[in-house]
Amino acid sequence: MSAVLKPAAAQPLVRARDLTVLFKTRDRTVHAVNGVDLDLAQGEVLCLLGESGSGKSVTLRALMKLLPKQAKVGGSIEVAGRDVQAMSESQLSDFRGGDVAMIFQEPMTALDPVFTIGRQIAEAVQRHEGVSRATADARALELLELVQIPSAKRRLAAYPHELSGGLRQRAMIAVALACKPKLLLADEPTTALDATVQIQVLLLLRELQEKLGMGVIFVTHDLGVAGEIADRVAVMYAGRVVEEGGVGPFMAGPLHPYAQGLLGATVHPGMRGKRLTTIPGAPPGLETAPTTCAFSPRCALAEPACLAGVPPAVPAGPGRMTRCIKVTAA
Amino acid sequence: MTVASPNGMTEFIQAPDRGGPAQPLLEVSGLVKHFPIRGGLLGRQVAVVRAVDGVSLAIKKGETLGIVGESGCGKSTTARLLMRLLDPDAGEMVFDGEKVGANDQTGGLPIRDYRRQVQMVFQDSYASLNPRLTIEETIAFAPKVHGVPGHEARERAHDLLAAVGLAPGQFARRYPHELSGGQRQRINIARALALQPRLVILDEPVSALDKSVEAQVLNLLVDLKDKFGLTYAFISHDLNVVQYISDRVLVMYLGKVAEQGPVDEIYDRPAHPYTRALLASRPSMDPARRRTEPPLTGDPPNPVNPPSGCRFRTRCVMAEGICAEREPPVSGLTAGHEAACHAVIPGSGHSAAPKVAA
Repeated sequence: MSAVLKPAAAQPLVRARDLTVLFKTRDRTVHAVNGVDLDLAQGEVLCLLGESGSGKSVTLRALMKLLPKQAKVGGSIEVAGRDVQAMSESQLSDFRGGDVAMIFQEPMTALDPVFTIGRQIAEAVQRHEGVSRATADARALELLELVQIPSAKRRLAAYPHELSGGLRQRAMIAVALACKPKLLLADEPTTALDATVQIQVLLLLRELQEKLGMGVIFVTHDLGVAGEIADRVAVMYAGRVVEEGGVGPFMAGPLHPYAQGLLGATVHPGMRGKRLTTIPGAPPGLETAPTTCAFSPRCALAEPACLAGVPPAVPAGPGRMTRCIKVTAA
Repeated sequence: MTVASPNGMTEFIQAPDRGGPAQPLLEVSGLVKHFPIRGGLLGRQVAVVRAVDGVSLAIKKGETLGIVGESGCGKSTTARLLMRLLDPDAGEMVFDGEKVGANDQTGGLPIRDYRRQVQMVFQDSYASLNPRLTIEETIAFAPKVHGVPGHEARERAHDLLAAVGLAPGQFARRYPHELSGGQRQRINIARALALQPRLVILDEPVSALDKSVEAQVLNLLVDLKDKFGLTYAFISHDLNVVQYISDRVLVMYLGKVAEQGPVDEIYDRPAHPYTRALLASRPSMDPARRRTEPPLTGDPPNPVNPPSGCRFRTRCVMAEGICAEREPPVSGLTAGHEAACHAVIPGSGHSAAPKVAA
């Protein structure tokens, strides 16, 4: 949420201000994130919604300082009151896994194929809490039971390839939760799963989040997933948050023309025979940081004033913000 | 089929209708494909993956048949069998009244002619294009193989590019890596149409695309179907997309057909418990109607070792003794709507089954 809307929040879990990420290689320059402000309260679930190339995954990785060396990260990031940008490597390795954990889209590549599930969980516990191996193994079993893996005891000795996709994703959640992080970052964790398994994992994440009181930032391109899990949503386009608000009001009526287009282009039940509304054109290339409204070339409402500069964040009702000059402040 | 067109060019036209409007375009019965798993020192066959295990379906002329199911249910293997990229172990395919895969002695439709009338679009738009061919070479490739002179094939490629909404002057000389995912999928669709097929098999054609691009491609598919008089087999795991595009829907579970019928029947009155669970698994966009209980627990079983009797019984809330003993046959409910579940078959012995009329 932008600073305009929530001036005096009590110690937010995540506070990012004017976050920018620039990838510069010999071949090309990409302005992936161009000024993102994020706030997340304890125990809140925020969904970053956007299409590929909108900067949602890069934003998520920046919060954990997981981006490669050639990425230039600007702005300030505070997680649990600590300045992430200023952390040293050794501070970071305590921070990652301890305060913040991440789950990825593809559990098969995120888990280590040569260690058993139990060992990978216990390793995290040993590393962060300095407990004995036996204690760590016992915690691993508890965690597998927590993520509702059936016959957990037997599965401790299983290698990642021996599990089905749904169980593997549960195992990865168990690794992430091993040290009771305050913040869980999830990068499309259910995209690769079947529908019947996806809903199981979403419900599990929601349940664990409530039980453990974690803050969660959940990256997805699927509006339905956001509808199931989010408290708040932030829609990203060309490296900026263009609309933000509570999930209910957002789903009932998005304000930004891009968010409206995204909702209109999503196939709902009962649209048979109707023509789908599409967003013409393609997202901008981001070789240079956008200096105007990045969506204006594709926008039906665009007018010369849209090219005057980056639209400011307009407050629009309680907890809502949009970056569009055509939306009048509420 | 090649004919001379009025402007003197040889060009393809769609093969004529032979069987009449009531004859299904493609009728498949008892299709089986098992993949052997070899192991041990001598590479003996140790097990078999029952990927497709007795699938029967019919695709009517001019309709879109949606095929849905979870990963491992055999929907992509079915697509490859329909395209004859894989040879079925058993089963018969009849294309517009002619048996597919016949030879000169038995009559029928040779595979080469069948493949001209049936084309396929794959999920991975990049992997299914040759990276060393330009877009126009890719689209013109199949017509050239079938005897169209080079310059005419290229001209035809330009027409098709325009038909899928890409400016030929701008795109014809580009290579696949210079295009976005949505543009590449349009190229794949254009290539599939280059031989003027009658049936197009679409295997998850929009699953890898962003939502706004997905909508563009779905609109394009609807337009092309009208323009070229096509019939589609549309395979997807996305139930909303299948509902949008299909006339009839076939639900697969572990290599078998669980239920099939007209799209409104399947979505409004699903008969099979698996179909109901699948429909209930769709995330709702409305946060006020969030689910608290998942409709199904666990993952689909391994098709190497499917459960006895009804294959869904291990995850089914209605499973009873009969479900483990006997496999439910596919049985008709209302016109064109059939399901394979003991609970809907009169007199099957399941407690929820309708009573047999005396």
